[in-house]
Amino acid sequence: MTVLDDSTAPGLVGPPNSHGPRRDPAPLLPDPEPVRILGTPAAKTFDAELQRDLYRRLVLGRRFNQQATTLTRQGRLAVYPASTGQEACQITAAMVLREPDWLFPSYRDTLAVVARGVRPLDALTLMRGHAHSGYDPYEHRIAPLSTPLATQAPHAVGLAHAARLRAAADPETAEDLVALALVGDGGTSEGDFHEALNFAGVLGAPVVFLVQNNGYAISVPLASQSAAPTLAHKAVGYGIAGRLVDGNDALAMHSVLSAAVEHARSGRGPVLVEAITYRLDAHTNADDATRYRSAAEVAAWRARDPLTLLEGHLRAAGLLDDAGVAAAAQAAEDLATEIRAQFDNPPDPDPDSLFAHVYAEPTSQLREQAAELAARLDADADAATAAEDEAR
Amino acid sequence: MSTTMVAALNAALRDSLREDASVHVLGEDVGTLGGVFRVTDGLAAEFGAQRCLDTPLAEAGILGTAVGMAMYGLRPVVEMQFDAFAYPAFEQVVSHVAKMRNRTAGRMGLPITIRVPYGGGVGGVEHHSDSSEAYYAHTPGLHVVTPATVADSYGLLRSAIASDDPVVFLEPKRLYWSAADFSPADVSTAVVAPIGRAMVRRPGTSATLLTYGPSLPVCLEAAQAARSEGWDLAVVDLRSLVPFDDETVCAAVRATGRAVVVHEAAGFAGVGAEIAARVTERCFHHLAAPVLRVTGYDIPYPPPMLEKHHLPSVDRILDAVARLQWEQ
Ligand SMILES: Cc1ncc(C[n+]2csc(CCOP(=O)(O)OP(=O)(O)O)c2C)c(N)n1
Ligand SMILES: [Mg+2]
Repeated sequence: MTVLDDSTAPGLVGPPNSHGPRRDPAPLLPDPEPVRILGTPAAKTFDAELQRDLYRRLVLGRRFNQQATTLTRQGRLAVYPASTGQEACQITAAMVLREPDWLFPSYRDTLAVVARGVRPLDALTLMRGHAHSGYDPYEHRIAPLSTPLATQAPHAVGLAHAARLRAAADPETAEDLVALALVGDGGTSEGDFHEALNFAGVLGAPVVFLVQNNGYAISVPLASQSAAPTLAHKAVGYGIAGRLVDGNDALAMHSVLSAAVEHARSGRGPVLVEAITYRLDAHTNADDATRYRSAAEVAAWRARDPLTLLEGHLRAAGLLDDAGVAAAAQAAEDLATEIRAQFDNPPDPDPDSLFAHVYAEPTSQLREQAAELAARLDADADAATAAEDEAR
Repeated sequence: MSTTMVAALNAALRDSLREDASVHVLGEDVGTLGGVFRVTDGLAAEFGAQRCLDTPLAEAGILGTAVGMAMYGLRPVVEMQFDAFAYPAFEQVVSHVAKMRNRTAGRMGLPITIRVPYGGGVGGVEHHSDSSEAYYAHTPGLHVVTPATVADSYGLLRSAIASDDPVVFLEPKRLYWSAADFSPADVSTAVVAPIGRAMVRRPGTSATLLTYGPSLPVCLEAAQAARSEGWDLAVVDLRSLVPFDDETVCAAVRATGRAVVVHEAAGFAGVGAEIAARVTERCFHHLAAPVLRVTGYDIPYPPPMLEKHHLPSVDRILDAVARLQWEQ
């Protein structure tokens, strides 16, 4: 495994007349094979309590995905893009961040948002449909879930850059923060992704880009998406370190992401991590995945389920027994019960909220429109009351 | 003191940078060069390369980075080099800059100023003369302002930077080198807060010209020429397209009963169509004639040798005034 080190700092290696910084690409290159820890000697030295913690969190994450999918069947969520099979990525993305850090999730990353401490109901607000976003981005240091693919990546760069500027201007309030942007394999084709990498490289911003490569963008397989050797190689053209990791190996994910985050935090530049994983469920509850992938393929990946892999390893290592499994399962059931309770009362969004937050102060035009809607709703309510009286 | 619009804009940036440490200028060539129009001249030297940052050449990246900076509490002032080169940033503007406050139920506003040199009349080859205001004005969540005078270019830019909402600040490049007797030191705080207020530039009794940005001087010239026809034309400078000052506009139209909207952008589905509709809806019983428009034609911006036919001219404005049904 190529160790992240200082060698990503600029240095002139081109001909004397070449234009400005040139650097040796070797330290930026990802390893040919994804980093794995499960089943390797490195697993033995991995902190035992952290391993158990990862297991418990993955079990909760899986239950969260199942419960949210069930809520769509009950009509309580408009849509849910599950991250089933990607829990090792989702959970570790939240775990490796410290308090001052920021997370920039995409629409598939509700679980990472919950894993960072947001109440499930608030994380699922977008999918429920009563508001666009349910949590306070400043309280949790999580940007709203971003649906336009990869558009959140440059935000992560700007925020990380701003934190650096603030730290330089005012060391008293300096925050050594890292911004972590989550993107899918399809999202790496978007211009915003490339511009974000380029800006991050040029500004030296403390950003980590985590690409969850689950092999598909809705129905389009990676082969139709990119001819790059790996998606991690996309970093190299921007002078950024690229790292490749087995996204279903929770220990490897934790190890590679922590190293990337601390690399960025220490001022040694951004990192792009490509995690190879698989979405076991369809794209969303509205998708029919059998139209574009075979049952055999899904079965092969099911055998590499991050939860099964971790559980098997922990049991073999003597770090987990039936009682531990049962305790985790019980905690997961408690979470599911709690989520269902949060969804018990149907939402009643206030129509006035339509106009309240378009601007800091509503324009006179918006005030007129809000009054028009309010008057209409009052009239409707009066008519309903009158009709009830009549019926009585 | 004779001051150009470029110098007034430069002074507004300088004063904002000086007064508020959170203000940061970023864009293409804004640092060492001072911008292709020199609006940021000397700012990097005075405030350092980080406060006036030469970015990589990627407009979506610039806007996206500015969004992140604003999330962290900075006040980015972004320069788009030209009207038509702001289009790559459009997704960031529409999907994030305009919507973030709304998406977060008011928790996260983005105080970003997006400066865009716009409009024609400078002999630019294609992609250098677009009037892109309708795209922005049609996007809820943005303020859209455009100065037409040297004093307003200072005052409006100060207000834009101080605003807690994103402001698209359209600079009529044809007026960049116009000059007026103006000193930023004389500007009172009242003048520095005019977003959302139109200004009657010339009172009149016969008909009201409604215009903004690069077309204001043309309208004032038309009003002058109209005197020989016996018309006394009022001229309203909208200054702010969003929020729109219905009050000032309606009062000025009611006073004359006749109105012509003038702008450079193509007429179809343009800002003038919105203004004509609003005026008709609100002032119908005061109107002696339909509201007319004098605009650019519905064509891609023409090559420089033909642009004079496209731009609203004094003659076209006076022809429109003549069509305002003077004999009942
Ligand atoms: C800019 C943009 N284009 C298209 C879409 C529609 N869309 C939503 S998800 C998706 C596929 C995304 O694939 P990937 O980036 O691999 O993420 P995954 O769904 O696999 O997590 C598409 C095309 C979108 N949300 N944004
Ligand atoms: Mg994918």
